Amino acid sequence: MLDGFWLKRCAARHGGVAILAASLLGLAALSHAQTASELDEHVNRLTSELRCLVCQNQTIADSQAELAVQLKKEVRQQLAHGVSDEQVRDFMVQRYGDFVLYRPPVNQSTWLLWGGPALLLLLGAVLVGLHWRDRRKAFQDQPDSVLPQEDASA
Amino acid sequence: MKRFLLPLALFLALVSTLALGLKRNDPQDIPSALLGKPAPTFTLTQLEDAGKQFSPRDLKGQVWLLNVWASWCTSCRKEHPLLLDFGKQGLVPIIGFNYQDQREAGRQWLTAHGNPYQLTVFDADGRVGMDLGVIGVPETFVIDKQGRIRFKYSGPITPELLKDKLLPLIKELKRA
Amino acid sequence: MTPELGNVALILALGLSSLLGVLPIWGAHKQDARWMALARPLAAGQFAFVALAFGILVSAFVGNDFSVAYVAGNANSLLPVYYRVAGTWGGHEGSLLLWQLMLAGWTLGVALFSRALPQATVARVLGVLGLVSVGFLSFTLFTSNPFERVLPAPPDGRDLNPLLQDFGMIIHPPMLYMGYVGFSVAFAFAIAALIEGRLDAAWAKWSRPWTLLAWVFLTLGIFLGSFWAYYELGWGGWWFWDAVESASFMPWLVGTALIHSLSVSEKRGSFKNWTVLLAILAFSLSLLGTFLVRSGVLTSVHAFASDPRRGLYILVFLLIAIGGSLALYAWRAPKVGLGGRFSLFSRESMLLINNVFLVVTTGTVLLGTLYPLALDALGLGKISVGPPYFEAVFVPLMLPVLLFMSVGPFVAWKQGSVKRVWLELRGTALVCVALALSIALAAKTSVAVAAGLLLALWVLLGSVLHLAQRLQAGRDRATLGQRWRAVPLSFWGMVVAHIGVGVFVLGVTLVKGLDHAQDASLREGDTISAGGYQFAFKSLEKRKGPNYVAGRATFEVSRDGQHVVTMYPEKRLYIVQRMPMTEAAIDRGFTRDLYVSLGEATPNGAWGVRVQVKPFIGWVWAGCLVMALGGLLAASDRRYRQRARATSAAPHAHVAEALQGAPLRAGPLTT
Repeated sequence: MLDGFWLKRCAARHGGVAILAASLLGLAALSHAQTASELDEHVNRLTSELRCLVCQNQTIADSQAELAVQLKKEVRQQLAHGVSDEQVRDFMVQRYGDFVLYRPPVNQSTWLLWGGPALLLLLGAVLVGLHWRDRRKAFQDQPDSVLPQEDASA
Repeated sequence: MKRFLLPLALFLALVSTLALGLKRNDPQDIPSALLGKPAPTFTLTQLEDAGKQFSPRDLKGQVWLLNVWASWCTSCRKEHPLLLDFGKQGLVPIIGFNYQDQREAGRQWLTAHGNPYQLTVFDADGRVGMDLGVIGVPETFVIDKQGRIRFKYSGPITPELLKDKLLPLIKELKRA
Repeated sequence: MTPELGNVALILALGLSSLLGVLPIWGAHKQDARWMALARPLAAGQFAFVALAFGILVSAFVGNDFSVAYVAGNANSLLPVYYRVAGTWGGHEGSLLLWQLMLAGWTLGVALFSRALPQATVARVLGVLGLVSVGFLSFTLFTSNPFERVLPAPPDGRDLNPLLQDFGMIIHPPMLYMGYVGFSVAFAFAIAALIEGRLDAAWAKWSRPWTLLAWVFLTLGIFLGSFWAYYELGWGGWWFWDAVESASFMPWLVGTALIHSLSVSEKRGSFKNWTVLLAILAFSLSLLGTFLVRSGVLTSVHAFASDPRRGLYILVFLLIAIGGSLALYAWRAPKVGLGGRFSLFSRESMLLINNVFLVVTTGTVLLGTLYPLALDALGLGKISVGPPYFEAVFVPLMLPVLLFMSVGPFVAWKQGSVKRVWLELRGTALVCVALALSIALAAKTSVAVAAGLLLALWVLLGSVLHLAQRLQAGRDRATLGQRWRAVPLSFWGMVVAHIGVGVFVLGVTLVKGLDHAQDASLREGDTISAGGYQFAFKSLEKRKGPNYVAGRATFEVSRDGQHVVTMYPEKRLYIVQRMPMTEAAIDRGFTRDLYVSLGEATPNGAWGVRVQVKPFIGWVWAGCLVMALGGLLAASDRRYRQRARATSAAPHAHVAEALQGAPLRAGPLTT
């Protein structure tokens, strides 16, 4: 019984240690996060959406300008330290404004931009619908395929 | 039918937008994201004496100018005489910010061209410049008594800018 | 030839355009044959003088006449002669003159190839084209004269921008301008019809080949720009939704909608108002593009030196030309007939869906392009709208277009049968899903890539099926050869163009989904790998070109230990403008491109290098070319080349045509 008791304790302790060790390893694996090439791709993905501020119209990923290279290094350092994409973007916006984002933020001034396509589609649908209604009304009186008063000269 | 006037109406709206757009001075002129916000805290060594340091809070309670320059910057030479004159007036302290330079080159440049600055800080790798949102040289910041950035200009200062924007702003901030 | 002669030539051309813009239209209004007959000679005269002016400018470039300010700004004695010729259109003033030359050229073309049209129509169309010329010529003469002198003449010029010293530069702008300007013809036909107050099927028929040609040139022009950017700009990108790229893409989208709408107007007499509006819209977008590039409102690699004064001039021109056209439209359109009736599920409604989505997409691109400008102008801050936005909105809008592209051709005019279409297409749909799934699973692609594959295959197989169906018809009555020859060119045009779209979508999907890129700082002897290839940096040597010095690297590329190719990327420094340029090394292949470009040299002797493996990017280019071929085939259809059997002056002929809702001349009613 004593063995059993100790056995249980031992098992508990060893099991506990084992679980702890596994969790730590798992955490380490998670926080180690990326291999060098994965980090490269991550940096590339993120910097492809950031604007080079001293270029005509280029991403930080593509630009060879000094400032762009410097910022790319900064992004790389931050991502390697586990900073999130969101935080990196905030870092950039804090210093350079929304101008640095190629994907415009969704806020009060940009709702028309992001909602615009859907609104345009809706407008198109409404106009088509109205036109369809007019056509039906016009053809109700004229069952023939073509209206005879084609293009009367004004 | 009024529906046929829609394209014309949309077009006129478009033209108005474009006309407004023509009035903008420069599409590449990015205003500072830090306007109205406190200048980022930093501590940098001074250019002339690496043993001494400077931090924005040293000048809390005063209106001051921060001028970003570098020995490799040709445009900086254009604005330098203006800065020298302005510095002599002693209206506000001008702090130099030597950006991504070599210490010796920076010192020599000041000796050769004159030193309008109360002191100059040295930012070798440009890291603090990044915090300030510096994208090129020269750039000039106006900082108020509470340590907030109130104005930023990218490019060499011109006499018109000095007369029309900087001086009125400085006077106003000093009164506050 | 002194440049002053060029100036005089332009003034004379302006005089002739003014006459062209006024007299024939007045003549058509008064039914005065003498005034109307002036149209063709005036068009010829206008062209002659514009061509003369252009020739004088070219000779100033070739002769290195640096007393001409424009030549001094864009050429240099070290510049090779072929680039000196191309330099003529390398800057604002010269490219504007090129635009003017194209416009005069198309005007002359319409004058020469319009024997079948009634004289009044020709008079009006040429008149409208003349008015557009007046706008451009006066803009040139008053704000952007290429013949201005700079005295004393500088000893040498500032050189052509190194980015433009390239073969692509020689043909991309002319091709693009041919497209932009070509839409002025469709515009002129539309305005002429509105002025006359008559929009019949004949009008649609005459407009169509001109519109198709313009569309072909624009397709090629955009393709060339993209192709050129790919190898010239050095970072492997080929479309950035840059403001000027979008400015060329918008007229293309509307132009595509227009050629589809024209076919409905031609065959069924429907959508006439809409077609006219599209014609006005396409040309408006061309003009808008001109404005955006030359006014300084937008930042772009493409933008010419900005000058708000010029921008204001173009804006006023836009206001008059387009505002006037839309006002004319608002006045005349309500009286135009509705054409043939059609049901909810019919070819007409399919094309209507196509049009709606294309135009909404155009509006979306316009919104994204102008939004930063609008916000800034209103003082609401500065934002950037770049590829992430455009891709997010463009792709969903294009999906329905691609989907319906293969459904539409199978739906009958006037009244289609859902059941019948489903029976015809379900086999193809199944095959596409199966193929797409298997490729996606085998290559472990993302869902987006799988969807792109599905749609590309759908478009491709649908077009092939449509062709097969057409060839099947009448199997018992004619041989395959006979049936093949009986298929009209316009049908071939449609099939080929749609196949082009399928190929393009396939290329885009695969290159965006499966490409690999690696950046590294390399020294001689280092190796970098990407996408299964190994790139070994062997050596670097210095080279000298006619007007540049360069560092040229040698890369040995291998795969699984086997040598594949040796590549030589360069980093050049152009002496006069002191501008560094990256000349990427590209190894093109059927299934992939290998792309190596040099970045900056670091002080410690290493070089920044980017290597990329881009699968199937060649299909992007091929798709564009096949699309253009399709357009060309459609434009060459016999019905556009047939002369009028009845004399063109009879007004009754048009009324009769209009009543039938179909052209008098032979041609298939269904295509």
